[in-house]
Amino acid sequence: MRTRAVLLGVTSIALLGVIWEGYKAVGPVGGFDLFGVQLLPRTSDIAMPQIVDMVARSLAPVSSAPGSQPVWLAVVIACLSSLATAAVGLAVGGVVGFALALLMLRFRLAEAAVFPWLVLSQTVPLIALAPVIVSWGGRVQIGDFEWQRWMSVAIIASYLAFFPIAVGALRGLQSPTTAQQELMHSFAAGWRASLLHLRLPASVPYLIPALRLGAASAIIGTVVAEVSTGAKGGIGRLIIEYAQSGSSDPAKAFSPIAGAVVMGLAAAGIVAVIALTLGRFRRTEDAAL
Amino acid sequence: MSAVVATGVVKTFQTGSGLITALDDVSLTVERGEFVSLIGPSGCGKSTLLRLIADLDVVTSGSVEVFGKSARQARLDQDYGIAFQTAGLLPWRSVTANIELPLQLHGVDGPARRARASELIELVGLGEFATSFPEQLSGGMQQRVAIARSLAERPELLLMDEPFGALDEMTRERMQSELVRICAETGAAVIFVTHSIPEAVFLSDRVVVMSPRPGRIRDIITVALGDARGESLREETSFFTSVTRVREALHGAPGSDVGRGLDAR
Repeated sequence: MRTRAVLLGVTSIALLGVIWEGYKAVGPVGGFDLFGVQLLPRTSDIAMPQIVDMVARSLAPVSSAPGSQPVWLAVVIACLSSLATAAVGLAVGGVVGFALALLMLRFRLAEAAVFPWLVLSQTVPLIALAPVIVSWGGRVQIGDFEWQRWMSVAIIASYLAFFPIAVGALRGLQSPTTAQQELMHSFAAGWRASLLHLRLPASVPYLIPALRLGAASAIIGTVVAEVSTGAKGGIGRLIIEYAQSGSSDPAKAFSPIAGAVVMGLAAAGIVAVIALTLGRFRRTEDAAL
Repeated sequence: MSAVVATGVVKTFQTGSGLITALDDVSLTVERGEFVSLIGPSGCGKSTLLRLIADLDVVTSGSVEVFGKSARQARLDQDYGIAFQTAGLLPWRSVTANIELPLQLHGVDGPARRARASELIELVGLGEFATSFPEQLSGGMQQRVAIARSLAERPELLLMDEPFGALDEMTRERMQSELVRICAETGAAVIFVTHSIPEAVFLSDRVVVMSPRPGRIRDIITVALGDARGESLREETSFFTSVTRVREALHGAPGSDVGRGLDAR
């Protein structure tokens, strides 16, 4: 089963490569447009470099300057930096999201009052939010602590990540059946004991997909925020930087894009590993009859 | 002091279609160590009465005393154990951990908890399944775990709301015999809600027959088939005589429709 999944994954990636190269081979060089509307993309080497070229470029140095590191290494370093920022964002978003879920669980009124705001918060475009958060961050200075640009990026990432976690956690915390709740009541268990022994463990099957969504959101938030705030060091910055050299060095721009994809997969993998350790809580009561 | 004294209990529910009287002037006394079944058609308030005794609901008027205390105080003091129609086990806890749950909630230390749990696992005959998880057990086994859990605090009162309702007939009869044995060993009073006349007769010292809308006690039949209740009892004349008496009490005057909706197993 596991091998099958891996095989399917590899096959689909290979298929993507075949489609890319196949279209490049047969598609018109100038693309195809009808009455000025571009229907098929160009297949020139500038628009669609060959996969071999992309791989070769990723192994070559970033620039002709002496001591320049290879592109793949620059991408990996940038990915790690972005991943760290996204992790901070996910942690902040997770804590905030979970705290909101607890608040909504405890007070029915809070659920009615807070939930619409949660939904509304996600409709604000990230691009509009980024400069505001950067400028607020610029004014934060407490003693020796100085607000860094990457912190703004993490905050923006957390802004995207907290939402699925708040929603998932609330659904999970509310998931115990009436019978289970009455059982805790009959044991004279208070709110906190019920939370610890019933609601928290019951919420795990809901929290794991929420965490997976939150991790994906945090990554997207990080990359977009890096682009829109101009934060240095991350993969978002690298995507922009390399794309600017698109006409002279088209193959180079695809390395950071591939890096961002791998980074997303890595984040999903980390969540999957966390989920493995919590397998006990994903059991159901159904009898194996 | 009696285990349960209910006096003039009235319980009404406000629903979309108006006020429903679930229980109307119900009075019942259950002595220590006594096994009392509540039987009646759907909607006669037998489960409601049990829930009032368990303090899962509050009386509209009248009073419920458990061991001379209010139902609420008795719940806080853990004077009763309860089992529902669904076992209600926590799926992420093993059989042992499920049985330990009430003890854990009440701050009993680890070694004492484990000792008590393994005692109870032996009592309900699940020795090999101590480390199994609920999903690995059959419905009957899950219900045994629920019963073991309800006994964890050594309560002197057991409240059971159709605990065998979802089981097949074979398992059900075996569980009934087990319950008779367990009750004899623990000496607890039991209030047992059921749809089944033979089940009520087999288990009980007294059978409380209730009628619906509004829920009232129609009759109380003393069964008392003795302590040595084996499987052969189900084929004896005394058993059938009691079954007939309960059935007649349930159905009331010939031609009445009170018994409709009753499961005559």
